[in-house]
This record gives sequence, C-alpha cells and structure tokens, in this order.
Amino acid sequence: MDFLFVQFLNGLASASSLFLVASGLSIIFGVTRIVNFAHGAFYMLGAYIAYTLTQHLTGVVGFWTALLLAALIVAALGALIEMTLLRRIYDAPELFQLLATFGLTLMVEDLVVMIWGPMELLGPRAPGLEGAVPVFGQLFPAYDFVLIALGPVVLGGLWLLFKKTRWGVLVRAATQDRTMVSALGVNQSWLFTSVFALGIFLAALGGAVQIPREAVHHMMDLQIIVEVFVVVVIGGLGNVFGAFLAAVIISELNAFGILLFPKISLVLVFLVMAVVLVVRPHGLLGKAESDSRPAIGTAIEPFRRFGTRGRNAMVAVLLGLALVPLFAGNYLMSVGTELLIFALFAASLHLMMGVGGMVSFGHAAYFGLGAYGAGLLVKYLGAPMEAALVAGPVLAVAGAILFGWFCVRLSGVYLAMLTLAFAQIVWSIMFQWYDVTGGDNGILGIWPSRWASDPMVFYYVTLALCAACIYAIRRIVFSPFGYAVRGCRDSVMRAESIGIDRQRIQWLAFTLAGTFAGIAGTLYAYLKGSVFPDVVGIPTSVDGLVMVLLGGLQTVGGPIVGAAAYKALSIWMTSQIDFWKLVLGALIVVLVIAFPEGIAGFWQRRVSPLFRRSETEEEAIP
Amino acid sequence: MKLEVHGLNAWYGRAHILFDVHMRVARGEVVALLGRNGAGKSTTFASLVGLVPARRGDIVFDGHAVGAMKTHDVVRLGLGYVPEDRRIFTDLTVEENLEVGRQPPREGAPTWTPEMIYELFPNLASMRRRAGGHMSGGEQQMLTIARTLMGNPSLVLLDEPSEGLAPKIVEQMAHALIEMKRQGLTIIISEQNLHFARLISDRAYIIERGRVQFEGTLKELDANPEVRDAYLAV
Repeated sequence: MDFLFVQFLNGLASASSLFLVASGLSIIFGVTRIVNFAHGAFYMLGAYIAYTLTQHLTGVVGFWTALLLAALIVAALGALIEMTLLRRIYDAPELFQLLATFGLTLMVEDLVVMIWGPMELLGPRAPGLEGAVPVFGQLFPAYDFVLIALGPVVLGGLWLLFKKTRWGVLVRAATQDRTMVSALGVNQSWLFTSVFALGIFLAALGGAVQIPREAVHHMMDLQIIVEVFVVVVIGGLGNVFGAFLAAVIISELNAFGILLFPKISLVLVFLVMAVVLVVRPHGLLGKAESDSRPAIGTAIEPFRRFGTRGRNAMVAVLLGLALVPLFAGNYLMSVGTELLIFALFAASLHLMMGVGGMVSFGHAAYFGLGAYGAGLLVKYLGAPMEAALVAGPVLAVAGAILFGWFCVRLSGVYLAMLTLAFAQIVWSIMFQWYDVTGGDNGILGIWPSRWASDPMVFYYVTLALCAACIYAIRRIVFSPFGYAVRGCRDSVMRAESIGIDRQRIQWLAFTLAGTFAGIAGTLYAYLKGSVFPDVVGIPTSVDGLVMVLLGGLQTVGGPIVGAAAYKALSIWMTSQIDFWKLVLGALIVVLVIAFPEGIAGFWQRRVSPLFRRSETEEEAIP
Repeated sequence: MKLEVHGLNAWYGRAHILFDVHMRVARGEVVALLGRNGAGKSTTFASLVGLVPARRGDIVFDGHAVGAMKTHDVVRLGLGYVPEDRRIFTDLTVEENLEVGRQPPREGAPTWTPEMIYELFPNLASMRRRAGGHMSGGEQQMLTIARTLMGNPSLVLLDEPSEGLAPKIVEQMAHALIEMKRQGLTIIISEQNLHFARLISDRAYIIERGRVQFEGTLKELDANPEVRDAYLAV
C-alpha cells in the first residue's frame, strides 16, 4: 500500500513535465494549426541548455535562475524560427509545417551532439532539495514534490493568462477564427509569434526541470514527443485542462502499468488512447475542429491521367529501370531495390493520404506487419519465399482491416494520431513479445529462394512486383471506386448525400493502402534478410510522410519521385556525411519553403507547361 | 472623399470575380451596395480589407493607398468590416467578443465604450457573460456589428446585415444603424433588395457579375424601374 502511494506520487511528478510540454504543443496547435513535431527537440534543448547554465550558476537562486533562463533562451530561439521559417508556410497545407518541423528536429538532434557530445550528461541536484522525504516509510525525493506542485501552478497561471488578459482573449479568439481576428485589426503575425514562443517556453521548461531527475541525452526528443502527442490527443487538442488531465492519466498508467502488466506496459498507453478516441473522437475535453482550412489533399487541381506522351514516358522509365542491372554493381542494385520498395511504400501512403484524405502518422504499421508476416512464416513454418511473398502481406491486410475500422470513424488530426497509436501498438508488440517475435533481436535468416538469391534477379522480382502494384494503385485512383474515395475526401456531406457509404469506402481504401504497404514490407524483409522492430518505428512512418509530401500530394506520381529522391539522398548521406541529420534536416526545411507543392507538383505546375502547347488562354493572375 | 475605389479586380484561384469595380464615398455618407446573390458584393467588401487571395486596383481610404496593405493594417486605419456570416467567436462571451474588437480611440471617428454599445444594442446588455454560441441569430448579428464598432472605425462595411433576420430584429437593427449614421459614421451597406437599404441610404451602387451596373441616388434608382428589375431581387 505504502509502496503504491509512493508510486502514485512518482506518476504525478512525471506528469508535470509531460503536462508542460503537452500544453505548449496544444496551445501552438490551437492557434497556428501547426502540429509542431519539433516540440520534443525544444524540450531537449531546454534540458541541455539548463545543464550548461547550472554548471555556471550555482546555489539555490542560481539553480532556479538557470532553469528559467534556459527556457527563455529556447523560447527566444523558437520565436526566431517562427518568424524566419514557419511564417512563410502558414498558408501551405497543414502537413508541410509538420514536415518543416520534422526537418528542424533532425537538425537539432545533430546540433546537440555537435555541441554537447554523444554522452549522457548528469545534471546537478537541486540545491536544498537533494535529499529524500520519508512518505509512509518509503523515501521520496524532495525535488519531486516541487515538480508535483509545478503542474497545477502552471495550469493555474495559464488559466489566468487566457481568461484575464487581453492577450489571452485574443489567443482564444484566434483559436476559433484567425481570419476574423485580423479583420478586427489584430496583427496575426505578432500573435502567432508570441503564442509559439509561449508554447516553446513551456516545452523547454519541461525539459529544464527534468535535469535533476534524469540524465540529459540526445534521444530525449523522440522519447517525449510520442507521449506528448498521446497526451494532447487524449486531452483534446487546444485544451489545456484536457492536457493536464491526460498527462496525469498517462503518467499514472506508466507508473502502475509496469507493476500490473509488465508484459504489455508499452502497449498500455496506446490502448488507452485508442479507446478514448473511439469513445470520444475529440479527446476527453476537446471539441470538434472548426475547419478553417481546406482538408489535406484537397486538390487545387484534380489528379491528371497520363496523355500519350506521359504513358510513353512511363514505359521509357520502366525500360530504363529494367536496364539498370546492366551497368550497376551489386551495391547499387540493392540500393535500387530499396528505392523501388520505398516507392511502393510511398505510393501506398499516398493512396491513403492524397487520394483518401486520411493522413497517417503510422503507416509503418502495415509495412512492418508485412515484413514480420514474412519473418514469422519463415521462422515458424520454414516457408519458402514464393509462399511468404503471398502470405506475408496477409498480416498487414488483417492489421489494416482491424485498425482501419477504428480510424475511419475519426477525421483530421485525430485520425492521424490514432494511426500513430496503432503503429506504436504494433511496434510495442514486436518489441515486447520476445517469445514470438524475438523482440530486439528480431528475426534473422529471411533469404530469397535460391533462384532469386542473386541481387540482379531479386531486383527484377522487386521491379515486377512494385511496378505491378503501383500500376494497380493508379488504376484504383482513376476507377469509379477511386472517384468515390476522392469524393469522400473533398466533401463528406456531398458524398454521403449522393448515396456513398463513406465509412465503408474509406475503410476499403485504408485496407488497400495497408495491403500495398504490406507487400512493400515483405519485399523489404527479403532484401535485408532480417526484420527488427525498427521497421514499425516512428522514423519509418515519418520517412513515408516526408517522401509523399516532398514528392507532392497533388499528383499521383509525386510520392514515387519523392521516395526515390529522399531515400537515395538519405542512403548516400548516412554513408558519406558524419552529421547527415543536420544536412538532411536543413534540406527538408529548404525544400518545404522552396517547393510547397512538392517536387512533382512543382514540375506539373511550373515546368511541364513550358513543354506543352498552351491548351487554353488563361487570364494572368497577379 | 472618404473612400475612392478605382479599377478593382479580384480573383479566387483562377476565377475572376470582380471587374474594374469603382466607388466613391464621401465622409458621413451612407451608401448601399446592391445586387443579387453571387453578384460580387461580399467579394467587393473582402477585397477592400484585403481578405481575398488576389486583388488589383486602387483603393484610397482617408488619403492612404490601402490596395496592397495587410488586413489588420487597413482595419487599424479605421476601416471597419462586418462580415455577412456572423463570424462571432462562439466560445467567447459577449464581453470578450467586444474586447477582441477593441482598438484605441481614433481622431475623426466616434469613440465607443462597451456601455455605449449596450445602449445601442440593449439586447446585448442583458447577456454580457453569455457565450456567443448561445445567442440567437439576430443577437449574433448585433454582436458582430458591435464588435466592429469597438475598433472605433470611421467607415463601416456592413455585409447584408438584415439577411435572415426576423422583422422585429430588422427594425432594431435599422434604429441602430440610423444612430450610427447620426454619430457621423460613413457606412457602406450591402443588400440584395431595396427594402432595408432604403431606410438609411443616400446613394446606391448596383453590382452584377462583378461589374458596377448602376450608380446614383435612390431617387434616380426609383426613376429607373427597369434597372431595378434587371439587377435586383424583388
């Protein structure tokens, strides 16, 4: 009993930091509609800078000054980034800001290593609070009592700020209708910058107060960002009270889950999130989103079929790909095989996002299930490659059917977050169910059959399968079913009013997208000869998003271009450059600013018209 | 001139909506912008305050060229805008809605306080703490106007204020507008028909398919029933 109470206090202490970070994310999303992926990075920066400052500022006053100063410095940095980077892309589709902030995250991860080194850093104890206090005969760190108090204090402060100040009223108004706020003479830019700075301040403070409890390291950002997403979604986006409630729930789940259900402790949080979202689609205290902006994927121009020339070009590309083995060595061929696999993966994600309008933060789930499907078949049944290529994706199909049923009940950011939750559930199962999946050690020895073991043959197998699947996706997009899917994306109400069963259509599209991702995953397992939980990890999902967005949502072919460009770039950079994350991140940021319509979209809109005879005389638009 | 508009064009994406719209409004005047649904009235207003994606043309307000200015900068010069779809902040109380609209007093324009607003719209006085979402359509429409007045504008663009309101509310609205006019405000009011506009306007512009088709006093409009029948809903 005493132990349980101390464990409860432990949970509360963790909840405070989580709440600080989550409330920051929530406030930023509420006003600017940015899903700030870099929030974890700012949290991490807060911790690192606080660590450095506490080395110089000592004593009680020095210590707390250092924490506060660290948060302020990071907040100023956040404001600077908002003014120079994000301000340029507020009008771009929502996900581009996610992409830009992801690029920032990559950059910060490397910068932190460059500045502070790769080792874990142990911060000082809080002066005067080094000891432990006996609680029911158990010892509890005195500093954690401060943390427990910090959460409610910040919550109260935020409440006062939003209720009692003009700034707070403006922020709440902008959360609802920012155009109207500017039509009343309020400078939006200034409001956005200040909101962003406040959100980042909270994130950095959350990181800074962690240093007496935990070592500072360069993976802190991803560790917290997933939990923060979960907290924000469970609490309801844009709702600070919800974030507090959810932070407590999640932290207590973590504290007790490890005691009660050690086997599924990692899954537990995501299970709770999935249940909450299904029961309350907008979180515990959230409200329905007001769609102030066109939904993602809403095409300014509809997808275009190939003309004769386009079709010829595709045949030429295919022929070119078939000729690659003539001059490529084994290494280049395996790189080529990987590019093909990711082209299919990206195309399947595009089917879901660009065509279906369902943004997925967790597409790796189906890729990974496909890979594990093959792995498990080989491990337990000794299945040959031919059988595994057919049966492996079945696991992905099953996953897509199950998860899709839940997901199509939601929309927008909530749907995206639920896909993330499911992907993390899959990851946790693969990671934790050691007896079946081998956990961290993965499954080894997934090799192609003898006839396909030559890299060239396997390249052709992959080329044939991926080309066929991508062709199938194209056919789906331009089929009556594809029109129905796009109809549901563009207007649920109009689609339903002409008799389309939206949920069934979207569920089917979801399942199809999962199936193609699963096929890609199975091929990937055979390419690598092994499967590890990483294939289901968040980085895989994010890679997919980057490929699709980089290539351009507005074109059917875009994701394939994006996949080839991004994967080739990252394979080359990881092998050639020490700080490849920094370069890649910077590149993503630049690309987002330069090509908000993606590479293929840029081509279609700007370059390709130069080659076409002008079909219609259009009036010049300033 | 309070407001001079010359050669105003506006686009939504590739759709060209306004074609060389022009307008001249003198200080203290109340002018009606008439036209059918979809004629371009709302786009004209939105263009004046920079809320359309693309526009071109000369807009001179109080001697300032505002044709390329950002929305909030135009509004801060004293050009108040009341949108047609009652975009009040439903989560905020009446008081808070007014607070969002508040701007410093401005020379050459009446200065409003919440108390004066409540006098002008007595309905709002009894619901200061009520959330905007819990008000009737007419009350919301009054709140939109009141909110814009809190910015102490010298000119107000009113987009179809009588749209969809009960006759009794329309009457209250008309009283409020007459009082605003008496305070010296310049007003441009858009309407689909003449009934409401006639109560307060001195002059009228008729717009159809994005072009100005008629301008003149209401008397002149009455003398040309064929114009009225061609361009206005009856």
